[in-house]
Order: sequence, then C-alpha cells, then structure tokens
Amino acid sequence: MSRAQPAMLAAMLAAAFSGLLHGQAPASSHPRKPSPAAASGAPLGIGRSATATEIAALDDDVMPDGTGLPPGSGTPSAGAAIFAARCAGCHGKTGREGPNDVLVGAEPRQGFPFSKDPSLPHTIGNYWPYATTVFDYIRRAMPPDAPGSLSDADVYNLTAFLLNANELIPGDAVIDAASLPKVQMPAKSHFVPDTRKR
Amino acid sequence: MTAAGAVAAGSGAGAQSARPSADPTRVRGRAASPVGQRAAGAKLQRVARGATASGTPHQDLVGIITPSDLHFERHHGGVPEIDPAQYSLLIHGMVERPMIFALADLKRFPSVSRIHFLECSGNLGRTAGPQTTPGQLAGLTSTSEWTGVALSTLFREVGANPKATWFLAEGMDAAKLTRSIPAEKAYQDAFIAYGQNGEPIRPEQGYPARLFLPGWEGNTNVKWLRRIELSDKPFMTREETSKYTEPFANGTARMFSFAMDARSLITSPAYPKTVERGWNEISGIAWTGAGKIRQVDVSTDGGRTWNAATLQEPVLSRAHTRFRYEWKWSGEPSILMSRAIDETGYMQPTRAELLAQRGPGTATYHLNPITGWVLGSDGVVTFKEEAWG
Repeated sequence: MSRAQPAMLAAMLAAAFSGLLHGQAPASSHPRKPSPAAASGAPLGIGRSATATEIAALDDDVMPDGTGLPPGSGTPSAGAAIFAARCAGCHGKTGREGPNDVLVGAEPRQGFPFSKDPSLPHTIGNYWPYATTVFDYIRRAMPPDAPGSLSDADVYNLTAFLLNANELIPGDAVIDAASLPKVQMPAKSHFVPDTRKR
Repeated sequence: MTAAGAVAAGSGAGAQSARPSADPTRVRGRAASPVGQRAAGAKLQRVARGATASGTPHQDLVGIITPSDLHFERHHGGVPEIDPAQYSLLIHGMVERPMIFALADLKRFPSVSRIHFLECSGNLGRTAGPQTTPGQLAGLTSTSEWTGVALSTLFREVGANPKATWFLAEGMDAAKLTRSIPAEKAYQDAFIAYGQNGEPIRPEQGYPARLFLPGWEGNTNVKWLRRIELSDKPFMTREETSKYTEPFANGTARMFSFAMDARSLITSPAYPKTVERGWNEISGIAWTGAGKIRQVDVSTDGGRTWNAATLQEPVLSRAHTRFRYEWKWSGEPSILMSRAIDETGYMQPTRAELLAQRGPGTATYHLNPITGWVLGSDGVVTFKEEAWG
C-alpha cells in the first residue's frame, strides 16, 4: 500500500465535490476527472523486459549464504603474490601498515572493545561480520586504480589470503563457493540491528 | 558610447565584469546572457575535505535551500561521467517482470517533487579546533528540491513480490556502491530522483538518476543508480558491515542505522564572523530524519538557560528548517548554543550524553551533539572546542 493512495482518494473526492462546495457551474459543463492511469493501479507499460543475459551482466553481488559466488577457488599462498602486486601499495606489506584501511589483525581475541579504544583498527578479522563480503567487495571495487580488473580466481585467492592472515582459516585451506559462506567470523555476534523507531 | 564600449569589453568568456561601477546609474548595464552567474563579490565555494568529499559552506548561506553547486559531495569511487543516452536502470530479483528503464522512461512516469535534506552519516568534525567554520564542522548536510518517480510506482510496474522485504541498490560508479534497503521504505516515501532544484541532478549528486530515501543516511541514497534487486534478506555489503556501523559502549555495533537523528547548527554568528554590540540575529538550521522539527532552543550562556527560537515557515518534513533568535549583545563573553527537538519529542543530545552511549572509540557515524560558539568581549567568534572522550 502506498501513501499516495489515501491522498489520491482525497483528491478525487475533492474534485468531485468542489463544484458543489464552491457553488460553481455544474460539473457537466467543466468535467474534471482523475488521471485514469493513476486511478487504475495497473502497470503503465513503460520500460522494457530485461533479458537473462542483461541481468547476468550486472548481477554480481554475493550474499552471506553464498548466493552469487562464481565457480573456482583460491588459496592463501596464491593470494599472497597477488596481494603484494595489487594491494600492498595501499594496505601495507602485510595488510596492517596502511596508509589506507588496515585489513589484517585478529586482536583483540576477546570481547568487542571498539567503543572504548579509538586506536583499534576495524579489520576483517576483528570487525567484519561476514566472510562473503570480502569476496563481494574486492570483486566490486578493488583495486581503486583498476576496479573490475581482477579475475574471479584472483578474487578467490585474495579472499583466502586475507582470511588466513586474519587467522580465520588455516594456511592450507581452499576457499570456494561452498567453503566461503561457512567461515566463522568472530565479530558477527556483536552486530545488532537499529532499534530506534522509524 | 561608454555603454557600448563596456559591453564589447565584457563580451568574452567572463562576460560578467568583476569591476563594480562607481555610479551604476551613469553606465548602461550588461546585456542579457544565456547563463546567470553569482555577483562578483559573492565568492561562494564548498569546504574542501580531500578528494572524496566537500561540504556546504553553511556560514555563507541563508534560507533552507542549498544552491546545487554548493550541495555537499561524498563519493567512494570518484564522480563518474555518465552518458544519459546510455543510462539505464535494471530492476530484478523477486519481481514478476524484470525490467530495464531508460532515463526517458523514468521521466514518463508520474513525477513527485519534494524538498528534503540529505546528510552524510559522518557529519561531525569531532576534533575541531577554535578556527572551525559551520561548513567545516557539519558541511555534509544540504537541502534541495528533488524531483523523480516514486519507487512504489516502479515496484508496481515490475510486479514486486510482496514477500520481498529488502532490495539492493547499486551505483554505476567505480565503487559500484551497494546498500541493502528495507522494501518498506519503497512503499513509504522512497523515490528515484533525476531533478535537483529544477534542473537535472548534478554529477556529484548522482546524475542522471539516484535513489532518494528521505531522512536516511547519505550513502543509502545510492547515486548513479543502475540496479535494484529485490530479495527477502539483506545482502551484507561492505558499506553496511565494515563501514557505516557504530560501536556502542555496551559492546555491540549497530547496523542498518538508517534515520538521521535531530540536529541543529548555528550558522551565524559563527567563526570567522565578528559580532557588534547591540541587536544581532542568531540564525541556523535544524533538521531530523524523523519528520518535522518542532522546536529549537538557543542559549547564549553555554546551556545554562534556553530561549525559544522562531522557526521560519514553512517547516517541512525531513528538510532543513531555518531558526532565528533576536539577541542584544551587551559585550559580555558568551557561549552560543542551539538544540533541536523533533516531532517525536526527541531532543538533540549533549556531547556527554552521546559519549556515554557510544564511547570515545566509536565510529564517526550518527554523531549529532549540541555544539557551541564562543563569543569573546572583542566580538570574535570561535568554535567551542571540546575533547572527544
């Protein structure tokens, strides 16, 4: 239900009664009708159907349950070389040094003291609630000097490298569409939805 | 002869002369021109904030509408250059009919125009020093008249599944910025805007079309909108997990914090202005994502006593509201503050209240404390500096 509908109804009633209320000429001499398109509630027939190919060309998001992950796989060791070549310039040699976002760091291993400690970086290991977001974001927007230039295999390898550097998977793990959604993220249980009224 | 000469001299690229006449009644003025420009003396510009943002210079503005070229900008992958003829919006997912809409298609639908503020969720200079202007402190909020098509109209067109509770909005920029939005908002007041203050939306604001979610944090109003995917769960993108979430003192982090809470800002007098003794107008803006501003109070003694400010009509829902308070300054050192109360009864918090709730380490998002300006006996106004934590 849209909010527009009560307003529309009010406008129709107002149009119908305005002649009577204002003592104007009979409605028949100056007929005023609401827009038939707006009143019908039916589609207006504007725009065109999207083909499956057109949708597939754009639909590359990845969800927490793994929906959207492509075929392929990656490992931490293969990801290390790609990280050094494509990512370390902004994120540091080990992902901790910056100058841009600090990506790596399992500390603190207990609790969630971000509110108390302004110096604590929000890393993938200590703050990101979903491992699938790592794949989605790298494929979506990284690296900023050539977004969209990494292959799905590159993205799987980088994701595996970063998850391992954050002590979330072992060094010999293989990350693919089946294993990525299963990676346990310690921060997840600390996230709560907004409870303010809206 | 003099007049003709002046026109000829001024007919080049900078057609509007920057040199005022000693007596404008004795010199024929400039001829008509295709595009108007600001008066030469009105040197308005956005407040620089690095490569990814710039703010509205609130100290230089009056009223509630932000000139489009001074609307704040914040982008995550730069401002894209988009050919409007190539632009299209895909709506798919939990719909009966996945569809593609060209810009011309969007303009064929029944249109809506609404005046609303738009605010970045990170809009507080937490460590601001005395030499801080209102634009530097809180320049990431602006108000425009936005024109577009209601999202509910497009959802009807594609046959949105009523079981779809969320939708993903994706931009056409280098960040392909994505946010998950509750579908409920689409049926309330969300729209896709292609117009801003009567003209095509500016590139920095999402040309040729953007999502507009009245009252909700800036980044959810996805610019350069290219795709909407309906779903029955959120997508958990980077901008709603790693970013735009706020740690709280109770050891949690709040996510999907959409609405911007009530806030007010004195824009005059404020640094770098100076004040004369006698009558002065204290003026500013107040806004809330919850609806209308009900009341703004002004204090001239650092918050010990509060006075009712006058609200400039019309007071619009989810738009900047101008407030003013006439004040006779005796020359005593003073601290000027304002606080907003919105139609739900929510009152803008003090910095101490916010800190107690959020903690010194919290992220910079959704911080709306009462802020003040220090007026010295010499008439000099500076920002009331306060430590964060």
